[in-house]
Amino acid sequence: MTVTERRPGRAEVAPGSRPGPARLRAAPLAVALVGLAGAALVAVLVGPVRLPPGAVLAELAGRLPGVHTRSGLTRQEAAILWELRLPRVALGGLVGAMLAMAGAAYQGVFRNPLADPYLLGAAAGAGLGATLAIAYGPDTASWPVDLLPMAAFAGAVAGVVAAYALGRSGGTRTATTLILSGVAVAAFLTAVQTYVQQQKAETLREVYGWILGRLTTAGWHEVALVVPYALVSTVAILLHGRLLDVLAVGDDEATSLGLSASQVRLVVVGAATLATAAAVAVSGLIGFVGIIVPHTVRLVAGTSYRRLIPLSLVGGAAFLILADLVARTVAAPAELPIGVVTAFFGAPFFALVLRTARRAP
Amino acid sequence: MTAVELRGVSVDLDRRPVLRDLDLTVPGGARLGLIGPNGSGKTTLLRAVAGLVPHRGQVQIGDAPPGSLSRRELARRIALVPQTPAVPAGITVSDYVLLGRTPYIPYLGTETRRDLAIVADVLDHLDLGAFAGRALDSLSGGERQRAVLARALAQQAPVLLLDEPTTGLDVGHQQQVMELVDTLRRDLELTVVSAMHDLTLAGQFADQLVLLDRGRVAAAGPPRAVLTEEVIARHYHASVRVLEDPGGGTVVVPVRAGGSEGLKPGPPVDTVDTAERQVTHEQPA
Repeated sequence: MTVTERRPGRAEVAPGSRPGPARLRAAPLAVALVGLAGAALVAVLVGPVRLPPGAVLAELAGRLPGVHTRSGLTRQEAAILWELRLPRVALGGLVGAMLAMAGAAYQGVFRNPLADPYLLGAAAGAGLGATLAIAYGPDTASWPVDLLPMAAFAGAVAGVVAAYALGRSGGTRTATTLILSGVAVAAFLTAVQTYVQQQKAETLREVYGWILGRLTTAGWHEVALVVPYALVSTVAILLHGRLLDVLAVGDDEATSLGLSASQVRLVVVGAATLATAAAVAVSGLIGFVGIIVPHTVRLVAGTSYRRLIPLSLVGGAAFLILADLVARTVAAPAELPIGVVTAFFGAPFFALVLRTARRAP
Repeated sequence: MTAVELRGVSVDLDRRPVLRDLDLTVPGGARLGLIGPNGSGKTTLLRAVAGLVPHRGQVQIGDAPPGSLSRRELARRIALVPQTPAVPAGITVSDYVLLGRTPYIPYLGTETRRDLAIVADVLDHLDLGAFAGRALDSLSGGERQRAVLARALAQQAPVLLLDEPTTGLDVGHQQQVMELVDTLRRDLELTVVSAMHDLTLAGQFADQLVLLDRGRVAAAGPPRAVLTEEVIARHYHASVRVLEDPGGGTVVVPVRAGGSEGLKPGPPVDTVDTAERQVTHEQPA
């Protein structure tokens, strides 16, 4: 029997006359981008040395091709702007965007609202990698590259590969077996990490400092390290937004609709893990971003991944830039670990959103 | 023309045989009812046809050689409505129905105006136009089942597989859903295979019945031949009276083993000894 395009009866209705599909609309994205720009600007201006807003905008505009302005910033102020504040804001934005996007992607692929970037042993693997580098690694102070981010990256990827290999149950990988194997791998890696930590007590403080997360040493070098991974994983996950919506009906129904659920899961998990590993490698473990940002977006903009992924990217960037601003100003000149700030402000904020927001349509 | 043909199909789940060496031919345009006790393999048979469980033997869909269809091609030819479809939180009815266009949308592509027009058509056809922007999880059971049917229709597949389509519906909605399926079948020239619990509905809404028991075809034919008190007693271990509906259908009424006062038995009188039936009833199915 051949498949023919049979039209069920009545006259065709113009698609515009109905609520359209769950595509991303321009308005919410524009609002989110304006919010991100505002957060970035405030974060650039505020610090031990206050930079004048007008001069900073003029200085930034002056770098655009074809624009010639004199900002009036002193050389020292310009150096603070270009060498300290901007790379830190850029890195904070990138890390926040990656963690929030990865959180949304994991939640979609595992159909589990509590899934976050640290699922599947990514965090535990990164923690072990970083701990090994700090405890046993050579002194890399004089090296042109820092060993720590690479060790954390390798650890995160190894953790996820182990969880993925273990999550194979009876020839099939379901969302649940993958999560359970991730829990087992994470427990094992954390045990090893704790053992190493106790064996090398003199590096304990450094390990904890890394685990709590930091953007203190952010420079353009770290930004350049993250950008390639961020680009690849962002493009891959954005392209899979519609397929994550299909996956929401479960593996079986998605398969009967002609989609290979395991293929989508493999690609999206791979991309989200790459994003997580890149973020963790430069910033340490910053918890909570991957949970609260996607859920806040969901409550405001609905559950479709075609809206959720891009809005989480922008929202995550804005959230982490602001969290870092708080971390470096609230107890100045000392800095709080940024993971403390994300949890301290994120949890009550999320509770508030959860209580007040109407359920998205 | 044959819509679906199974030859020597066997399925094992957890190393337990669920379908055993099954042969079945579904002619194009048929409305076939799959009946049988719990665990007899009805759902597994539908899933094997839809390519969701690995099987031995051959499953041929239309004129395509067995095993030659890709997942996407199969989804354009077979639409499966599961017994309890997943309802993603917050999804609108129109977005849900649009999922049915998945086999037509390129892997990383997006829906076209044509896909949206087909979704709009299907929504209209099932009187769901007013619900298009509503959340699927806010609909009543009957409305939701119509939305699930709409998603299957958006697949534009010539073969529709329904797994217990009336589960959880009251008697009025059960009839409405089955009438709707029947109307759609006629309008769109579909082949419909439904697994059914309710033997009366099966008798009224199927031209051919296939009774499965322990993974094998135990009886097949028109409802009048399959729905007899002997056959039902043997395979369901149930006491029933089979009555003739003056409207032309067959009515299967469960009765207590002790008696059936007030019921006029239909022509084929149950001859199985009641006590013996009680004993077999306790055997594991």
